[in-house]
Amino acid sequence: MSDDNILLRVDHLVKHFPITRGIIVQRQIGAVHAVDDISFFIKRGETFGLVGESGCGKSTTGRTILQLYRPTSGHVYFEDADLTTLKPEKMRLMRRRMQMIFQDPYASLNPRMTVGEIVGEPLVVHGVAKGAAAEERVEQLLSLVGLNPAFSNRFPHEFSGGQRQRIGVARALALQPSLIVCDEPISALDVSIQAQVVNLLEDLQSQFGLTYLFIAHDLSMVRHISNRVAVMYLGIIVELASRDELYAHPLHPYTQALMSAVPVADPAVEEKRHRIILEGDVPSPVNPPSGCRFRTRCPLAREICAEQVPEWREISPMHWVACHMV
Amino acid sequence: MADLLDVKGLETRFKTRDGVVHAVNGVSFNIKEGETLGVVGESACGKTVTMLSLLRLIPVPPGKIAAGTALFQGSDLLTMTEEEIRHVRGARISMVFQDPMTSFNPVLTIGRQLTEPLELHLGMSQTQARERAVELMRMVNIPQAEDRLNDYPHQFSGGMRQRVMIAMALSCTPQVLIADEPTTALDVTIQAQIIELVKRLRDEIGMAVIWITHDLGIVAGLAKRVLVMYAGYIIEEAPVRELYGNPLHPYTLGLMGSLPRLDDTQHRRLVSIEGVPPTLYEKPNHCPFAPRCTYAFERCWQENPLLLPVGVDHRAACWVDVKTGSHRE
Repeated sequence: MSDDNILLRVDHLVKHFPITRGIIVQRQIGAVHAVDDISFFIKRGETFGLVGESGCGKSTTGRTILQLYRPTSGHVYFEDADLTTLKPEKMRLMRRRMQMIFQDPYASLNPRMTVGEIVGEPLVVHGVAKGAAAEERVEQLLSLVGLNPAFSNRFPHEFSGGQRQRIGVARALALQPSLIVCDEPISALDVSIQAQVVNLLEDLQSQFGLTYLFIAHDLSMVRHISNRVAVMYLGIIVELASRDELYAHPLHPYTQALMSAVPVADPAVEEKRHRIILEGDVPSPVNPPSGCRFRTRCPLAREICAEQVPEWREISPMHWVACHMV
Repeated sequence: MADLLDVKGLETRFKTRDGVVHAVNGVSFNIKEGETLGVVGESACGKTVTMLSLLRLIPVPPGKIAAGTALFQGSDLLTMTEEEIRHVRGARISMVFQDPMTSFNPVLTIGRQLTEPLELHLGMSQTQARERAVELMRMVNIPQAEDRLNDYPHQFSGGMRQRVMIAMALSCTPQVLIADEPTTALDVTIQAQIIELVKRLRDEIGMAVIWITHDLGIVAGLAKRVLVMYAGYIIEEAPVRELYGNPLHPYTLGLMGSLPRLDDTQHRRLVSIEGVPPTLYEKPNHCPFAPRCTYAFERCWQENPLLLPVGVDHRAACWVDVKTGSHRE
């Protein structure tokens, strides 16, 4: 199955969170279908964008790939090793190769550790460097992300949101990973700071040949940074294509609605745009709709959409979509 | 047409343990009947505090409205008695807040919360108020409106709660609706629902709307005129097309450049504004944007530029003409 260019392959990945009742005897009474049978691959050196609205399972996907959650079923192949069956010790070694940047730069840094300790911790934990060598590496990393190396004795609260996110990036880079899962790395930041962090991520990618899984809800930013984009809705991927293809020819009605809903900062364009306004809210992932999950809000829904799960088809080369009406 | 609301030289400060925060520093603007005004700026630029000051909703102390006037239909909101402002608030000027989760009282039913302003401001009886509440819920497209009045806020989704919030704000048909980032906590498809709703109601009722946001995209499709705020100052003001086509303050220019667009077909490097916004502990005696500005020269560090006309209906507070790079008088 191996193609040299493919770094990560996700194969029919499923993650359900059990809902239990009872204090002493816990019986499972249902499950949150956070991720339900998704498959895709990420090529070496590319940025793969995963977009969707809150609760669609995009963060769960990222975390399940890194085995921060055990998948309910399915496989994750990373550099040809199946992470879901790897022994804990092997998995530990593998973790060096894949890191994560979190959404909230306020919550993802330990307030009692200095910046130097935070960025150096992965080095110590994995026994890569210690003492003076580790300190030197930390200083290198800090200057790499545009922070003054002299700041390594300061605490996270002394930094602004954008600077904190840089600390998170430095920590993720410490072990020279090949894959970084960026889980909404900029959505907590102000517009003028977002551009700083995105530019930094792009620079680091070209410098180190990093591969990103970029999880976000901001379609404009995803278009800016990604090579290929997958759109998620209620635990499944509804459409996947290269960036230009997807934004020029969105095929799934959800993708179309999502794109039409994003405001464009240009009054002349806004005046002429046609908005597809979706009715209602996203259904609960505890009881997802039968057949196509989008059918309850879909303007094109027919009978067949309630009866059959739409097939995941490659409609044109490298453009996949799951919809009966396409 | 006469100005519905005319704000001049508004200054608001907060006393904190670390010093006095100069949140709003001499803000002046006006709005006409039925007009939609967009107020754009990043966190802590003073956009929310400006509006809260107008409605006298800032806590005093630590807050203090230090200067300014705000004439609403001829009477000054800032010097009114508590009793008088209460008849304006919610009745003639109403506000929708950012967070639909925390702006309701969780222990009262939606029906109770919707009928309260009707009974209070319009003197309706309970039955009348309830009938009107059902109408309002229908107006913002809440299904089974009658039954849902008995529900509590937590039984509604985020988008629905924001719609109920809007229904509540519009219940007394106000002349001005202040919308403070009402869609920031919501997903884009829900955001689109809310924006369409406000547009429709604005045209039906003919009210003026002040829409506060950090999203230049929302303002582009909604507002007629836009104010850009930075560090408690209005730094640029223009009609919407003029502002987007011809931004004249380096900060506005930077904001536009730092924004990727959905319809960008070519990859370009984002223009980032280096540095971070200033803390507001001192009222600067220079241009507040100077430390981050690529155009800054000596004068920017000596004098804070006033918001002056730079074109037709277009005002900017900058010593530099960003078009030519030459310095202004």
